[in-house]
Amino acid sequence: MNIPYTVEERPDSGLANGKLGIWLFLASEVMLFGALFSTYIILRTGATEWPHGELSVPLGAINTVILISSSVTMVMAWASLKMQQWGKHRLYLTATVVLAAIFLINKYFEYSDHLTRGEGPWHSTFLAIYFTLTGLHGLHIVGGMIVMGYLLGPGAKLWKSNPNQFTNRIEYTGLYWHFVDLVWIFLFPVLYLL
Amino acid sequence: MHSDPASVRASIRKYVMIGAALLVFTVITVAVNRVHLVVPLAITVALIIAIAKGSMVAAVFMHLSDEKRWIYGALLLTAICFAVLMSVPFFTVHDTIGTPQPAIGLAEHTPGH
Repeated sequence: MNIPYTVEERPDSGLANGKLGIWLFLASEVMLFGALFSTYIILRTGATEWPHGELSVPLGAINTVILISSSVTMVMAWASLKMQQWGKHRLYLTATVVLAAIFLINKYFEYSDHLTRGEGPWHSTFLAIYFTLTGLHGLHIVGGMIVMGYLLGPGAKLWKSNPNQFTNRIEYTGLYWHFVDLVWIFLFPVLYLL
Repeated sequence: MHSDPASVRASIRKYVMIGAALLVFTVITVAVNRVHLVVPLAITVALIIAIAKGSMVAAVFMHLSDEKRWIYGALLLTAICFAVLMSVPFFTVHDTIGTPQPAIGLAEHTPGH
């Protein structure tokens, strides 16, 4: 039995099931990160003093540039499919995965620099919320890389049998990826600059 | 969302322009940080830039500028819940649970006095 509305739009909502599904998932993600941002506000407003300049602003800014660039390559990967340019799609999607990997490598250097100085999450309230927020965000990056890896590997076969459904999968992956970028856009000033 | 090949082809330039604008805004965010504004002003400026960047990502890359009503409805509900979540820290200002209260008139009502 085929699952309905994977490609065609439902008559009631005008959306394919996957599209509404990914947006509802992203809504739950907003609440997840929202709870942690709310925690950050409580901790910061309740603290008698708050550390400033503990994190490397250049490294954070570079990671921001990397994630923004990956968002551009991700939307281009989807646009290439819409224009039936399979080769370009593969190139852009691979570039997105590579940029995500560079982001995580930068994060590894940042984390290890703190940890070798004994500055783990237990060290201060600031570092506790820093590791929690960036750690959760990093896990989202890893999740996105796994999905993109699947779509570059075994999942790519769907393009031959059902190109529209494959294009939709890339679109939903893109929506998730842009959300991960959007979260970082707020994390960078909140943790690194303020 | 218009996703036929012709309109997608026309949107590519827009994606690149928005990507460039986001990079420029990132440079502005870091530059403003070097000015050393007072904390409330620095927070306001940084959040305004972040909201502008986030809006561009959501509107253009996530195609929210041209979506269906069901998605707007789901996001409106999310925005309301998010606003409640963000207001929780402000409620804690008025939270007096666990705060010792002054013992007004306690001496007059104590037995044996």
